[in-house]
Amino acid sequence: MSALKGLSGSLAGFPGFALRRLVGAVVTLFAISVIIYLVFYVAPGDVAQITCGPRCSPAQVHQVAEQLRLDDPLYVRYWHFLQGVFVGQDYSTGTSVQHCGAPCLGVSYQSGQQVTQLIWAKLPVTFSLVLGAMVLWLILGVGTGVLSAWRRGRFTERALTAVTLAGTATPVFVIGLVLMIVVCGQLQLLPFPQYVPFTEDPEQWAWNLLLPWLSLALIESAKYARLTRSSMLETLAEDHVRTFRAYGVGERSIIGRHALRGAVAPVIALSANDFGSAIGGAVLSETLFGLPGLGRELVHAVTVVDLPVVVGMVLVTGFFVVLANAVADVLFAVADRRVVLS
Amino acid sequence: MSEALVASQAPGTDSSVPGASGARQFWRRLRAQRAALVAAGVVALLVLIALAAPLLTAIEGQDPTTYHPSLVDSARGGVPVGPLGGIGGDHWLGVEPQTGRDLFARLVYGARVSLGVALAATLVQVLIGIVVGVAAGLGNRWVDQLLSRATDVIVAMPLMIMSLALLAIVPSSFPRPVLVALIIGLVAWGSIAKIVRAHTLTLKELDYVAAARLSGWGAWRVARRELLPALAAPVITYAALLVPTNITVEAALSFLGVGVKPPTPSWGQMLTAADIWYQAAPQYLLLPAGALFVTVLALTVLGDGVRTALDPRAASRLRIGTGRRREAKA
Amino acid sequence: MSPAEADDGVLRAVGDGVLPAARNGVLPAARNGVLRAVGDDVPGAVGDGRGAGGDGLAETGDGSGPAAPGGGSLVEVTDLSVAFGDLRAVDGLSFRLERGAALGLVGESGSGKSTVASALLALHRGTGARVGGAVRVAGVDVQAASDDELRRLRGGKAAMVFQDPLSSLDPYHAVGDQIAEVYRVHTRASRRAARARAVEVLDRVGIPDAARRARSRPHEFSGGMRQRTLIAMALACRPDLLIADEPTTALDVTVQAQILDLLHTLREETGMGLLLVTHDVGVAAESVDEILVMRHGRAVEHGPVGTVLGAPRDTYTRELLGAVPRVDAPRVAEGDVGDETVLEAVGLRREFGTGKRRFAAVDDVSLTVRRGETLGVVGESGSGKTTLGRMLVGLLEPTAGTVRHEGREQTGVSPSVQMVFQDPVSSLNPRRSVGESIADPLRARGERDEGRIEGRVRELLERVGLDPDHYDRYPHEFSGGQRQRVGIARALAAEPRAIVCDEPVSALDVTTQAQVVALLGELQRELGLALVFVAHDLAVVRQVSDRVAVMRRGRIVEYGPVDEVYESPRDPYTEQLLAAVPALDPEVAARRRAARGEPATA
Repeated sequence: MSALKGLSGSLAGFPGFALRRLVGAVVTLFAISVIIYLVFYVAPGDVAQITCGPRCSPAQVHQVAEQLRLDDPLYVRYWHFLQGVFVGQDYSTGTSVQHCGAPCLGVSYQSGQQVTQLIWAKLPVTFSLVLGAMVLWLILGVGTGVLSAWRRGRFTERALTAVTLAGTATPVFVIGLVLMIVVCGQLQLLPFPQYVPFTEDPEQWAWNLLLPWLSLALIESAKYARLTRSSMLETLAEDHVRTFRAYGVGERSIIGRHALRGAVAPVIALSANDFGSAIGGAVLSETLFGLPGLGRELVHAVTVVDLPVVVGMVLVTGFFVVLANAVADVLFAVADRRVVLS
Repeated sequence: MSEALVASQAPGTDSSVPGASGARQFWRRLRAQRAALVAAGVVALLVLIALAAPLLTAIEGQDPTTYHPSLVDSARGGVPVGPLGGIGGDHWLGVEPQTGRDLFARLVYGARVSLGVALAATLVQVLIGIVVGVAAGLGNRWVDQLLSRATDVIVAMPLMIMSLALLAIVPSSFPRPVLVALIIGLVAWGSIAKIVRAHTLTLKELDYVAAARLSGWGAWRVARRELLPALAAPVITYAALLVPTNITVEAALSFLGVGVKPPTPSWGQMLTAADIWYQAAPQYLLLPAGALFVTVLALTVLGDGVRTALDPRAASRLRIGTGRRREAKA
Repeated sequence: MSPAEADDGVLRAVGDGVLPAARNGVLPAARNGVLRAVGDDVPGAVGDGRGAGGDGLAETGDGSGPAAPGGGSLVEVTDLSVAFGDLRAVDGLSFRLERGAALGLVGESGSGKSTVASALLALHRGTGARVGGAVRVAGVDVQAASDDELRRLRGGKAAMVFQDPLSSLDPYHAVGDQIAEVYRVHTRASRRAARARAVEVLDRVGIPDAARRARSRPHEFSGGMRQRTLIAMALACRPDLLIADEPTTALDVTVQAQILDLLHTLREETGMGLLLVTHDVGVAAESVDEILVMRHGRAVEHGPVGTVLGAPRDTYTRELLGAVPRVDAPRVAEGDVGDETVLEAVGLRREFGTGKRRFAAVDDVSLTVRRGETLGVVGESGSGKTTLGRMLVGLLEPTAGTVRHEGREQTGVSPSVQMVFQDPVSSLNPRRSVGESIADPLRARGERDEGRIEGRVRELLERVGLDPDHYDRYPHEFSGGQRQRVGIARALAAEPRAIVCDEPVSALDVTTQAQVVALLGELQRELGLALVFVAHDLAVVRQVSDRVAVMRRGRIVEYGPVDEVYESPRDPYTEQLLAAVPALDPEVAARRRAARGEPATA
């Protein structure tokens, strides 16, 4: 794509900017962990009882209280929690003692499983879902946006605008539900989604995920189409486009080289951001399509009030969002270096 | 200087005229957009339906919570008795599978929940956003740093996940719709705070704000008289786009079973079980889905219209409110 | 004016080196064209608007013939009108420009001059503007041309240089690539050849180390270099005509001089014609052979530059020229300067940024302003003059040093020192009536009696030359000059001893500018105000100031009585600034240019 040309070149002041942004991300993460810790472990009510779960015996609750060091001051408790994250800690569940390795986010007292391992096992599902959908929605969205900016003021644009508007207005669980009923149920074109690991059978993996990808992509691409179109139209109204028109540069060049280039930075930034929020937002599509990812695990944990799992999930998704935001900022700066200079 | 900036700024079209005529201008530009006008009508109708829900159900003679076991066929798993899911004179839109509750009543009461929760959440977001944004924009470097960092943290919180988690730990005795509105409001005020801060920073550099300070007024009076009115346009624009988002979030949470809990009806919640029944009672799926779609679409179109009407640049680009509607194209 | 005089004017201009190239025979067409315009159509060409129209009509005959390259005029505009909705931006304008000649379109804002420039390349096509009349550029009938023909004309035969060099270049692409792209559109050259051509033209317009700088993006260039880049783009395809739309308006005066000199040299070398659109009569005097003065979309006067500027016939032209401040005219109205010091700055310093980016915008500035005195503060962009002004009124805290009002140290704002701002749009709250804005200082002082407030505001409105009944009107209902008057009234409402004027007239047309300057002078004499007049325009500063401070990079480099500084500057920077101011007299302009040397190749 010729619009991407010009991303290279001198990057004066850039490493410093990237570093500052990264430090900012770490600070944000730290703040998030504090807030989450405060919200969930210092909440009113019997924390030990909530953490342990409704079916715990008084003895077990007592043990949990000890594990969480409920008698210690707040900062000691938080420090203990952080220690677990960075160096790991031991958990005693009734009779046996298990060691929870370095990024330790605690142990589920209801299933006896370590939260980190639980998340680790579910991550591939969520990643498969989000990454595949993202590729689709970028192609669909940017393509639609370019087309409607190019055919602006004509029927094509009005039609595309109407379609994308409908897309932004449809909740993902509505379109997913309808697609599943029509495509899988009545037409039987695709199987009802089931997760098949990529390592096991790549073809089945893709075939099964196609419907979830499509549903997510249809909704998300609408946003990208609108963004692409509006940034391109904004660029088209700028003075430098007038310059190139006044120099006889053709419409195709103006759209493909100049207007599209203006949309690159915002699209990159939005996709990095969306990657983060899609990891979090996968809750809906996973529940709907019955995919055993992070989101569905979280819904389960919320319904049975499995606090350590909930907290772990929130932290991990928060981690991805913060990371994605930082990457988004850096990528934006790469695409539009005026940001670094100002 | 250059009278004809060729593409867009032909004289007379750039009538960025705020002030006394601002409201009139806003209406004129909004009226010039047919889609926005239709959307405004739909939204008005929806609000009316939500407000008049008790009246409407009274006319029908039903209520949203009464079970009608006689109307469902328990032998076939609770499929509504009668054609088309039990549509008839008594139950205008049929009944819910399994329970036999009146669908029309649940739908119109669902509108109350959807709109009410979304509006309340938006109000919370806007209030926090304005306070934090203005304080960050006007405060000294440290206040700004602190509040901006806090905003970053809030923006980084995944909305769905945080709401889910928070809803898990709050005791169920707390009134659910209020809780959902509060949580959405408390978790998702980051972007509006950022927007308000950015506008405040721009506005406070404007000469007329400096002139007001030179007049001898204190900082508070300058902020109230010169800054806040100018913030209205961006805030209204953004709030108008937040409402449909909040409707979707509420529906999603209820769909997941952690939002509004039964027996309170909610569109998202109605969809939870709809996929099992789509063959026997298609309207059980289509009604809440359609209601959600129409509501969010109307609110989005209206939000877009409001934005265009408040943004003189966009308005002049689209030739709106100038008598010429053709988009600029050279 | 008799034909003989007109003729003489042109000949004198040619003879004295305005167009040395023409004299040397490099530009025979230019000479021919100018002479014919004067000789053949004297009553029309040098006459009023009606005459100019007739002139154009008379010439339609030979313009409509088959346009062989090299034959016919370069530009023929016949009865051109351009309307946007109800507004007629250009109304029945006719003129012609011969090959190699230079024509200046001069007018105030709203005169339609830029619209004419756009119409030459049919840039209005598809925007909804209604264009009437005939336009021929380099043999192409612009109105009738197909899109392909137009594309070949644009950039290939006629190239345009725009006002704002930053926004006129694509921020995302290297400047060399942008020029190469334009070159390839017109020549089908290879990528490599286009790159080479880009470097060649960049080098030609004086970009140092062009091969390397061609890879830079526009934001890495200074304003002057960006404008050079735009000119390089224009040169790339060797056009016959260069259309320059306010090419130096966004630039500092020293950079402006360099760009004008560059345009001049390029014209000498390439023999291309120039159509210069400008609001600045001085800029036109520096650069063109003929001037066409526009007002309300019509030509009011058209003729050789020496004649129009030296002996204008139209009343509007005379008014316009009379309003242009002269940098070489001594100050006429001496104010009644008292002895008491009203406003004083001692060792003022202001830093911005942190860490490595820390820099001092104002560095150790001390000055005093006495009762009834005007202190001019002049400097180019980035000199720190605006920062200094804001510290004087207390809007900005100094990093070091003190501000004293009547001997007392002052921190923060005080009613006794007020400000008049540059931008008449942003200096008034659009949501409040002008009366309310002016009443602010009264209310802030604790005045509660509404009747008294309104009375005083009406008095002030009248004092600054506005209708007191406009109390309830909103800022958008006023013109730029009127808004500036409202700003002055608001400053006066605080009953100040001193007013700092930050570029108070730079956003205004020259005739309005003169009125506002006159108003400030009147008020000063009447109220014994101390004025600090911050501006970049050396001529305006000379016109109004008793003493002047020349600023550069945050420091005062020269400080003294205004006539002394302007007549015999001691600092080389002041000298350089004064030498760069465009002269109204083409003769002087040519001499100055010779004195400046050839910066384009330096």
